[in-house]
Amino acid sequence: MKEKTDVVIIGAGPVGLFAIFELGLLNISCHVIDNLNKPGGQCSELYPEKPIYDIPSRISITGQELTNDLMNQAKPFKPVYHLNQQVEKVSKLDTGEWLVETSLGKKIEARCIVIAAGAGSFVPRKLPLKNIENLENKNILYAIRNKSELIDKNILIAGGGDSALDWTIELSKIANVLLVHRRKEFRASPDSVSKMLELENQNKISFDLGQIKNIEKIIDNKIRVSVINNDEIKYYEVDYILPFFGLKMELGPIANWGLNLDENLIKVDTEKFETSVDSIFAIGDINTYPGKLKLILSGFHEAALMAQQCFKYCFPDKKNIFRYTTSSKELHKKITSI
Amino acid sequence: MKILVINRDGVKEIIETESNGTLMESIRDEGMEIEAACGGCCACATCHVYIGEKWLSKLKPKDEDEESMLDQAFDVKINSRLSCQIELSDDLDGIELELAPE
Repeated sequence: MKEKTDVVIIGAGPVGLFAIFELGLLNISCHVIDNLNKPGGQCSELYPEKPIYDIPSRISITGQELTNDLMNQAKPFKPVYHLNQQVEKVSKLDTGEWLVETSLGKKIEARCIVIAAGAGSFVPRKLPLKNIENLENKNILYAIRNKSELIDKNILIAGGGDSALDWTIELSKIANVLLVHRRKEFRASPDSVSKMLELENQNKISFDLGQIKNIEKIIDNKIRVSVINNDEIKYYEVDYILPFFGLKMELGPIANWGLNLDENLIKVDTEKFETSVDSIFAIGDINTYPGKLKLILSGFHEAALMAQQCFKYCFPDKKNIFRYTTSSKELHKKITSI
Repeated sequence: MKILVINRDGVKEIIETESNGTLMESIRDEGMEIEAACGGCCACATCHVYIGEKWLSKLKPKDEDEESMLDQAFDVKINSRLSCQIELSDDLDGIELELAPE
């Protein structure tokens, strides 16, 4: 199914969220795509509880509070969020519009694209072991797409966070689970921790202290995992290993869109924050220009200027009259429309 | 002050730096390969280093936040630290460390 909008924003971090507002003031509608399962980007994924002190007028605000407030501020403009998916491909149509395609097969047509992707999209951190590429997505699973293939299998889950514990609890119902973590403390919700410990007491799962040292393939689609604890090495033969070592940020497919890059950053001008490709913009931590500071507030400024240029692309025949939100009745109506 | 860093190729490099800020900042500003994705707020584990044995006791011990973030690192050893959590001071002049594998 194809959808249509004025602007596709890639990245629902603070700068992407504020871009909805700035574009909305100019009557420009947006769809927002993010690889995480919730808006907020690094603010809600990395430091939801940690205070930020340099948002103008906010003496102290946590990453999650900032996200919530930006979402509320953007709400009157009815953004459409497409979460849990990454933009894989952009191509130009004969009409001059962009066709944006995501990893979940969503297709969106838009006049402009705004890349507000921060340090890239969050993807599972992979095990830094040599010669395991051919086992990844076969015996080594970083995400579970099809639970049924795990029924009655021997599974080693590695990690001590919420994902590791949630999957340990969930898969204990259908498979033989061994949880491996470097210590007996877990950075996870207390509820999951006590549930997991209870399962261990009832011998419904096993737990072992240690870290993954090596993985090798043995016959019949099985793998041998070496686990080291202090200097002691143990070997486990299992069908699958599920490593949960958090997320890391990767530029991903954006690197292949033909934009001028400087290392992993997108070059833009400082008048419109447009990339080397017309009608594709880059704002926030993902862009670079002389004097760039990676601050949320710089991203907000970049969003406002980007919106002015988007207006020209979206409404080439209309004149954009500059208005203040304080004095314009029309803007009041829009902002308070919910 | 000086910091002696063994990079991922096993090569020793000496960094000259001011004795303020954090160890991560000095390594990063030198242009060495340290990701430090979260920028130093102890929210990732990409500034993981191994501290030279004789320097360990001179550091403030890890707090619970740092210990839990190390859960996301690989090859965690007894001398593993997140370099963003180590404040530099004159008595750390000459500190030795090794960048952990990525």
